[in-house]
Amino acid sequence: MSGNTANKIEIKNFNFYYGNKHVIKDLNLSIRANQITSIFGPANSGATTLLRAMNRLSDLEPSTRSTGQILIDGQDINDPKVNVTDLRRKVGKVFEIPAPLPLSIYDNVTYGLKFLPGKKKQEILDTMEWALKTAALWDEVKDRLHDPALGLSGGQQQRLCVARVLALKPEVIIIDRSCSGLDPISTSKIEESLIKLKKDFTVIISPHNIAQASRVSDRIAFILMGELVEENEALQILKFPKDQRTSDFITGRFG
Amino acid sequence: MLKFKENLPGYIFFGFALSAIAALFTIAMFIFREGIPVIIEYGFINFITGTTWAPTRGDFGILPMIVGSLSVAVGAAIIGVPFGVCCAIYMAEFAPEKMKKVLRPTIQLLAGIPSVVYGFWGLVFIVPFIRNNLGGNGFSLLAASVVLGIMILPTIISISEVSIIAQPKTYKEGALAMGLTRWQTICKVQLPAARSGIIAGIILGMGRAIGETMAVIMVLGSAAQIPKSLLDSARTLTINIGLEMSYAVGTHRQSLFATGVVLFVIIMILNILAQYFTRQRVKKV
Ligand SMILES: Nc1ncnc2c1ncn2[C@@H]1O[C@H](COP(=O)(O)OP(=O)(O)OP(=O)(O)O)[C@@H](O)[C@H]1O
Ligand SMILES: [Mg+2]
Repeated sequence: MSGNTANKIEIKNFNFYYGNKHVIKDLNLSIRANQITSIFGPANSGATTLLRAMNRLSDLEPSTRSTGQILIDGQDINDPKVNVTDLRRKVGKVFEIPAPLPLSIYDNVTYGLKFLPGKKKQEILDTMEWALKTAALWDEVKDRLHDPALGLSGGQQQRLCVARVLALKPEVIIIDRSCSGLDPISTSKIEESLIKLKKDFTVIISPHNIAQASRVSDRIAFILMGELVEENEALQILKFPKDQRTSDFITGRFG
Repeated sequence: MLKFKENLPGYIFFGFALSAIAALFTIAMFIFREGIPVIIEYGFINFITGTTWAPTRGDFGILPMIVGSLSVAVGAAIIGVPFGVCCAIYMAEFAPEKMKKVLRPTIQLLAGIPSVVYGFWGLVFIVPFIRNNLGGNGFSLLAASVVLGIMILPTIISISEVSIIAQPKTYKEGALAMGLTRWQTICKVQLPAARSGIIAGIILGMGRAIGETMAVIMVLGSAAQIPKSLLDSARTLTINIGLEMSYAVGTHRQSLFATGVVLFVIIMILNILAQYFTRQRVKKV
């Protein structure tokens, strides 16, 4: 354990249910600040579910239920005292299927800021430019910021969704199925950005393949059917997995 | 021959479908054939801008009725839209399943109540209420707006609800994930995205208000004058036809058909507008 990295998020005995379907099973996991953590497993392992629970977007679905705790900076996010809107600003999320709002490119990036009290126009513009540059989209859209975002290509829309999360300057950035469907060039641009971003943010991704996990992750949590199998430094997981199931997955024996 | 046999069901159903179109055409033809001569004779501009309706003396100005119809439609919208849209938002976004199971049939029931019953209710409650509290004799634009506003609720609610529900889930989730509050998400993202559909619902509702006859006869009175205040009585195009058709003869009778032509055209325009907005909704989503 390196001493200079504190735990940003602690997940304790966490269970999640869709109706009677037990999807996350007694999961314990610590996520460190200023690192990129990959939550990784075969399809339907529950990565999306876990990531949605972290900013309580799972609240939106009726008949879901959870037990245990998710602590961010020591605060239980399901505590009734927690303001959900503040939580969602703090924990920014790019969805598995990223889709912009039916607004202009500009509005998509700045909409979250616009309603904050005391934001100056110039500050918003600067943030927008920074966010679009960081998401490797600026050059492609800087001359048509007021065009509808839904007119962008799929890959551009995806990067726009990254930008709109960055613009909020959250503390934690979650990217579900990052870069799936992106061309290799945009993928590597976003990956580079992520690596730069971790200086200031805590990044959690659900990578879309092992190669990506190995390129960007500091640590990897391997989950299977809603259970944490093991969690360790990326290299350890990829080269010297302790659990047979992990090595089976990595060597492509299932999943 | 075999081919014909195979396609026969298609032909038969096509015949039935055609009869719907034929019905529309026959009705339109009939109204226009009876109504157009008067309009030509009296002059189209005179007909729709004239303010005196005295058919027995040869005055056929229907501007008061046009104003009356449009006023009650706008009045109904002013009353029905806020209630309808808010109710639609509740149903689409907040209502638990159990509540929806109660609300949906209730609203359908509202749509199923015969208009004469609405009129009767307006006559017994709204008209005296206005007479006693606001003045005038109670038969007024205000009374008609209230009654029609309630009558058009089902149209507005169901179309608005559908256009909110039909949005991709990503709009709402994206907005919430951007740190917008629930209020901001509804007002700044979901409602604007549903705008076209909601507008279509409002226009259809207004069309229904303009086409309504029985209920307005009972609460609006029938004064063929341009109303000056909400408490004034007025006459709509439908009332004009409904009240006088039973005894009108000759040119008078034809002028009622001409009134029907104007009504027909207004309703057509509203329906085309509504379809335009409905199509926009589908395109965008
Ligand atoms: N809204 C829902 N209602 C019911 N069950 C759901 C729902 N969403 C997900 N599930 C179930 O929960 C389990 C975990 O799904 P989840 O999407 O979290 O997994 P995942 O690891 O993200 O999968 P993928 O690799 O396909 O992205 C699956 O069995 C899925 O069928
Ligand atoms: Mg997933």
